[in-house]
Amino acid sequence: MIHVDDFSFWYGEKQALHHIEMMIPEQKITALIGPSGCGKSTLLRNMNRMNDLIDGVKHEGDITLDGTSLYDPSVEVISLRKRVGMVFQKYNPFAKTIYENVVFALRVAGNRNRKELDEVVERALRGAALWEEVKDRLHDSAFGLSGGQMQRLCIARAIANRPQILLMDEPCAALDPIATLRIEELMQDLKKEYTIVIVTHNLQQGARCSDKTAFLFEGKIIEFDDTDKIYNNPSEQKTMDYITGRFS
Amino acid sequence: MLKFRSKSPKGEMNIWLTSMGLTVGLVMIIGLFSLIVVRGLHVFWPKNIATYHLKEDAKSKMGPNAVLSAIEVKKVQKKLAGAEEGPAEFQIFIGNKDVYGLPFKFLPEAEIARIEYEKDVMIVERLEYGDAILKPVELMLEDGTRIKAGSKNFIEKLHEAVEIGTDRRLDILKIEKGKIGVVSDKIANLKDDIARYHYHAKKKGTDPSEKVAKAHEKIEKLESEFATFSGEARDLHELQEKAILSYRLASGQEKSMPVAEIVEFALPNQLNFSGKVKSFAHSFWGFLSQNPREANTEGGIFPAIFGTFMMTVLMSIAVMPFGVIGAIYLREYAKQGPLVRIVRICVNNLAGVPSIVFGVFGLGFFIYVVGHGIDDFFYPWREGRPTWGTGGILWASLTLALMTLPVVIVATEEALAAVPRGVREAALACGASKWQMIQRVVLPTAAPGILTGLILAMARGAGEVAPLMLVGVVKVAPSLPVAGSWPFGMDQKFMHLGFHIYDLGFQSPDAEAAKPMVFATTFFLILLVVLLNLGAIRIRNILRKKYAAGTF
Repeated sequence: MIHVDDFSFWYGEKQALHHIEMMIPEQKITALIGPSGCGKSTLLRNMNRMNDLIDGVKHEGDITLDGTSLYDPSVEVISLRKRVGMVFQKYNPFAKTIYENVVFALRVAGNRNRKELDEVVERALRGAALWEEVKDRLHDSAFGLSGGQMQRLCIARAIANRPQILLMDEPCAALDPIATLRIEELMQDLKKEYTIVIVTHNLQQGARCSDKTAFLFEGKIIEFDDTDKIYNNPSEQKTMDYITGRFS
Repeated sequence: MLKFRSKSPKGEMNIWLTSMGLTVGLVMIIGLFSLIVVRGLHVFWPKNIATYHLKEDAKSKMGPNAVLSAIEVKKVQKKLAGAEEGPAEFQIFIGNKDVYGLPFKFLPEAEIARIEYEKDVMIVERLEYGDAILKPVELMLEDGTRIKAGSKNFIEKLHEAVEIGTDRRLDILKIEKGKIGVVSDKIANLKDDIARYHYHAKKKGTDPSEKVAKAHEKIEKLESEFATFSGEARDLHELQEKAILSYRLASGQEKSMPVAEIVEFALPNQLNFSGKVKSFAHSFWGFLSQNPREANTEGGIFPAIFGTFMMTVLMSIAVMPFGVIGAIYLREYAKQGPLVRIVRICVNNLAGVPSIVFGVFGLGFFIYVVGHGIDDFFYPWREGRPTWGTGGILWASLTLALMTLPVVIVATEEALAAVPRGVREAALACGASKWQMIQRVVLPTAAPGILTGLILAMARGAGEVAPLMLVGVVKVAPSLPVAGSWPFGMDQKFMHLGFHIYDLGFQSPDAEAAKPMVFATTFFLILLVVLLNLGAIRIRNILRKKYAAGTF
């Protein structure tokens, strides 16, 4: 379970997040919605410390995973990222075979057990609903797949190492509606095993597949509640305006 | 009204300019390339031999040489003082250096009475004195049989005799280079051992005489072997003198030479087109595969091709890791700031340093510092007989690697920068460390772009001459820069096509004879560079196809 505790974040001088406070429940899908530039991707990318890569960032407050602070000096970023997988907006398979893409996380962890790797590939690809489509060409280049397949491959890659949490940063933004639907179905399967945090621009998608929704605006959480409540009966006027499309 | 009349789009002028720039470049490249190809390949095409009969008044001046068999090289208009056009002259190739002295001659057109193309004129490529143009008279075989020219099997027999001579020449070479070479190498090693024994003994204060005596014993044994082999070679050499071809020059002068002196011969006036093509292919292959003779003006260029190839490959092996590692640090690890920017500017400027400066650096650093250092440390007894402290293919390759390093660094940096951010983040999100990300994801993605850098470096390195003259290129190398055992010939001096061109064109005693060779050698240098590049391009295409997402 992730607890974001009074978390503020700056890119250089610019403050991107203001005192964010939220508890992300386990084995549920939590959606982060809000207009562009509201900080939802920043928040998501802080959950596996992806923002560390950017020069001149700083933070206040804390994010804890099962009670341990992500910023605790004893936490290794690398082992943290093994527990928190991530899927990106634009599918980004490696210049490798499908097989090698999936086992990448295990390879960098030093796993050389062929049998184990084979099992992981099958499990992860089945988990990402891609196994039937690619089982005959596991050793072909990943670039031969379609966009939707590549994104599912990226999901398989993210779940290969059985992370606790799966972060998805607008995973369907670059996909057509049919591929989007498949990913959404997949998310429903995945939430049985993983805690999912998804950033989405697509309100229908948020409504369809999330259990909890947080509405962010200008770096602040305006409202965080059950999805039903947010979409049907929001407490805040701003949320209402956003949901109904009165501003964007 | 005037305002709207002009319909010509404004950018047109600039488009014309850019296309003109491209045209100028293309014309220059195509012009230069076709000049080299045409002149380079023309060398191998068999030319007809004309017999020039001079007029009566010229006869008095020329004496018996009033009749000349020769190949026309070109017709020139002699320039007189005052820029007036003078009489036309033929430049002709008369060959027979042993008789005429100079193989090329100018013949005023006005002095020629008539030109004939006789069927039985033969051009003979000899081991010494270059080509001879002659009419065969008689062939005496090794067993003493005499065959008159013109008899039915004369040409056939001559072919056989030449072949026997060639085979025996190869046998002699095998003995001299092979057996005798091995023995003299062993002797040299033993002498080196003796020097080492003395050195160590002096240092430790022990008596080396026992070991030295043993080595001397071995040397004596080897020297007797040496004598045996030399005897074998001498006997073969004597056999080579037996078969004799007697011939007549156009002037009527009778001469003879051992058949074994003949490399090959042809009767170009009798050849039809397909015969000429065959002869062309034959000389082309000969040029490609033979060793040079006669101060490089005759024979082939094989050692130069091999040396160039070897050097380029060694250079690539040396430049790739350093260039790629340097670029990785600059792009991925170094904190981007003014210092890195200065380093980057310096690297780029390094590409503009004249190559001879790298040559001087290579001489000073690799040869005098590193080479001498190795010699002093490992072979202190070889005073005055440097092994590594002298020019060699390894030092030449390293010097060129240094010279082409900026090219590889710049290209690699570009390729690394072009790797999408998303792919890097994905690798990190999978729990890869930064190095794992670079090694497993970034480098494979950037590989085609890195290879582009290597291609550029090879093109630059293979054609470079100036620095090589300081660090190991020689006019004639005794052996190829490769060997079966340590140090694999890497300390050897070597021949190089670029230097060969310079040597032929500007250092040769016979500029006229060398001119066609310069074109032919240039042709092969370009061919070699193109082939090496095609090899690298092929590897790049395979990589691209494998990952099918190249953006380079």
